[in-house]
Amino acid sequence: MDERELVEYFRMQIREDPDVASAVAAIRSLLEFLRRDQSETIVGLRENMTQAIHRLQETDSSVAVSSGGELFLRFISLTSLEHPDLSQCKNVMIERGELFLKKISLSRGKVAKLCHTFVKDGAKILTHSSSRVVLKVLENAAADNKRFTVYVTESQPDLAGELMAQKLRRLNIPVTVVLDAAVGYIMEKVDLVIVGAEGVVESGGAINKIGTYQMAVCSKAHNKPFYVVAESFKFVRLYPLNQQDVPDRFKYKADILRTVEDLNQEHPMIDYTPPSLITLLFTDLGVLTPSAVSDELIKLYL
Amino acid sequence: MADSDRRRTDSINHAKDGGDAKLQEIARAKELTKEEKQRLRKEKKQQKKNKKDDKGPPEKEKPSVQAPSKPITQSPAHKAASATVSASVSESPAAAEKPAKTKAELRAERRARHDTERGSKQGKKEPGLQSSGKLKASASELQPVVKRLPEHVQVDDPAVVKKLAKRLERQQVPLRSDYGYKVSLFSHLHQYSRKAPPTQQISVPATVIHPSIVRLGLQYSQGIIAGSNARSVALLHAFKQVIQDYSTPPNEELSRDLVNKLSPYISFLSQCRPLSASMGNAIKYIKKEISNIPSQCKEDEAKGKLQTCIDSYINEKIILASQAISKYAIEKISNGDVILVYGCSSLVNHILCEAFEKQRKFRVIVVDSRPRLEGREALRRLVKRGIQCTYVLISALSYILPEVSKVFLGAHALLANGYVMSRVGTSQIALVAKAYNVPVLVCCETYKFCERVQTDSFVSNELDDPDDLIVTRNGNTHLENWQTVKSLGLLNLVYDVTPPDFVDLVITDLGMIPCTSVPVVLRVKNVDQ
Repeated sequence: MDERELVEYFRMQIREDPDVASAVAAIRSLLEFLRRDQSETIVGLRENMTQAIHRLQETDSSVAVSSGGELFLRFISLTSLEHPDLSQCKNVMIERGELFLKKISLSRGKVAKLCHTFVKDGAKILTHSSSRVVLKVLENAAADNKRFTVYVTESQPDLAGELMAQKLRRLNIPVTVVLDAAVGYIMEKVDLVIVGAEGVVESGGAINKIGTYQMAVCSKAHNKPFYVVAESFKFVRLYPLNQQDVPDRFKYKADILRTVEDLNQEHPMIDYTPPSLITLLFTDLGVLTPSAVSDELIKLYL
Repeated sequence: MADSDRRRTDSINHAKDGGDAKLQEIARAKELTKEEKQRLRKEKKQQKKNKKDDKGPPEKEKPSVQAPSKPITQSPAHKAASATVSASVSESPAAAEKPAKTKAELRAERRARHDTERGSKQGKKEPGLQSSGKLKASASELQPVVKRLPEHVQVDDPAVVKKLAKRLERQQVPLRSDYGYKVSLFSHLHQYSRKAPPTQQISVPATVIHPSIVRLGLQYSQGIIAGSNARSVALLHAFKQVIQDYSTPPNEELSRDLVNKLSPYISFLSQCRPLSASMGNAIKYIKKEISNIPSQCKEDEAKGKLQTCIDSYINEKIILASQAISKYAIEKISNGDVILVYGCSSLVNHILCEAFEKQRKFRVIVVDSRPRLEGREALRRLVKRGIQCTYVLISALSYILPEVSKVFLGAHALLANGYVMSRVGTSQIALVAKAYNVPVLVCCETYKFCERVQTDSFVSNELDDPDDLIVTRNGNTHLENWQTVKSLGLLNLVYDVTPPDFVDLVITDLGMIPCTSVPVVLRVKNVDQ
């Protein structure tokens, strides 16, 4: 399977199942790549896998694809590969890969189960842009017969907030779309803020659609709880100190990185929310405080 | 009465034999019948009566008995059952008078009987484990694990000072006396004068302390060797020399005797200058390595092994660690950065020099403070490499901070609750940097992580020579006669602690971690060891 086929497979996954997380689609493609790989040695196999991950990152430059890919690679090779026969090793790796895929497909459900209890009856929730995990949380809360209203920011430049509002209306949840600039105005009315994340970094901070940091600062000023919901495959080994410390390859879309010369003229698509502004993180590993994220990362990666 | 005494000594003698005797007693306890239980109860009543009668003579005996019994009972506290504990305690008074038993002893025996009764009642389900667990619990109840404060922070307690003096006399280490009036908040710490080093009181030929240790102590007390890494490396080299010159006396084992030989050296060094956290960890490591030497190992082989252990410790924990830390730290230095450093940290200087080698474009602001003025040494090293530097004193900090993009700090130790212990002035820099939203990065090797917990800079610190604060300007030395002014105290602190909220990132050889993850690293390290 060469790189073109890999990218095609990846795009097909997203087309067929628009509700799937991009990282899950990436891992499915990587698993398929592993199955069809023709290399003769384990080292060659690893090299091919690493290259495949890089290729996928170039297609979809989100943090989740990069972290998911790296975790996938670590998970499948973190086992005894002492078999003399290469095909046996490959089978072991494929088995573990499928196990990993199954685990992470269930992670969104686990997160939603943990978080929906924090949505109380009569609550007013503020969220940012369109997140499938937040949607699942609100779906679960609605199924639990809780009454709440949702405010969504319209989230320029791609107006993803409108998409989120449509999905919520389909679930019969009362929703209002507000301007990005109206976050400070609306903050006194809301009870809690729930956002998704594209990546969770080592310090316990979150990387998410641009505008999240603003929302976090406002909620801190108003003393409203700020919750981040993310699956564990989004944990990434970055440690940004401030906004400019986030690598450029995550900030801008993949095709812009390739074509444009002066990045200072482009608008970044994501921003970094420091851990001091986040109250709790809901992950499939449990409900964590930002300082506990680093402990979990040490367990995952070391 | 004689019957009860015999039974008591019987059980004690059996327990003295150790582990399997304990099990024997437990097995016997299982078979306690109703009559035996009644007899035990009667004996307990007798004991109480005896205690009341013997309140006169045991009172006098208690102080003399408790002192030797304490060290005996403390060491096997967690290993032995209470039966053996009571055995050792009873050994001393048994020699004196038979009915004169100390209160603690009687309590122990009563507890042992309680536990055996309880064990028998609960039947055959793992009785060995249960009763031994309960016996162990009662042993620890008997000797509650009192975490004692180290002696060097209890200087205002005369009992502790006397105990220390006695211990030093026993080890033939000179006692250094405090100098000058101490500020009341810090009166629990030592304050020595540099003009009176403890080495003056030693006559080199007639001393029990190795000459390289004497030299090291002098270098510490005069400030010739300063800085956490330098002190640890010098200590380890001196210990290598000591091990080289050591020869096992006849009828002694190297693993035990060498550790005992090192204790007076360590006491002497801590008299010269209180040990740093890194030195403490290094000493713990050496002692562990020495005691792990198998007894059948030949002396030359053992010595060679220890030398290589020490060399590999220095190499891994200090040299390679600093290379790993530079690798991570260089990722955080971008072109056009203005980096602020404080004082002279060997690690931070190494990082900046490496980054400069890797063609990063940055400039450095060196902040310095009196009386040590260590920043000048850092400035000299950086300028020699060609790095563009600015030099300010700490009073100009808020003036210079708007220009700064990052702050790099070294650390003396990282405490278990995430606090950073470093040169005095560090917490001030972190505080002001936080107010200006400048990221603060602390660079620290993992061998400086220590299990201590501290939230303020008062409880455990170091007081340097107060005469260092005296300065002559324009021919006037105003503080020359500060001792004559009764209400004047000079305070020369060496360390302070910075809370983790002011530190954004800690770079260690294990990677980049937030300040709150220090206990996780300590846990991972303990698992490794």
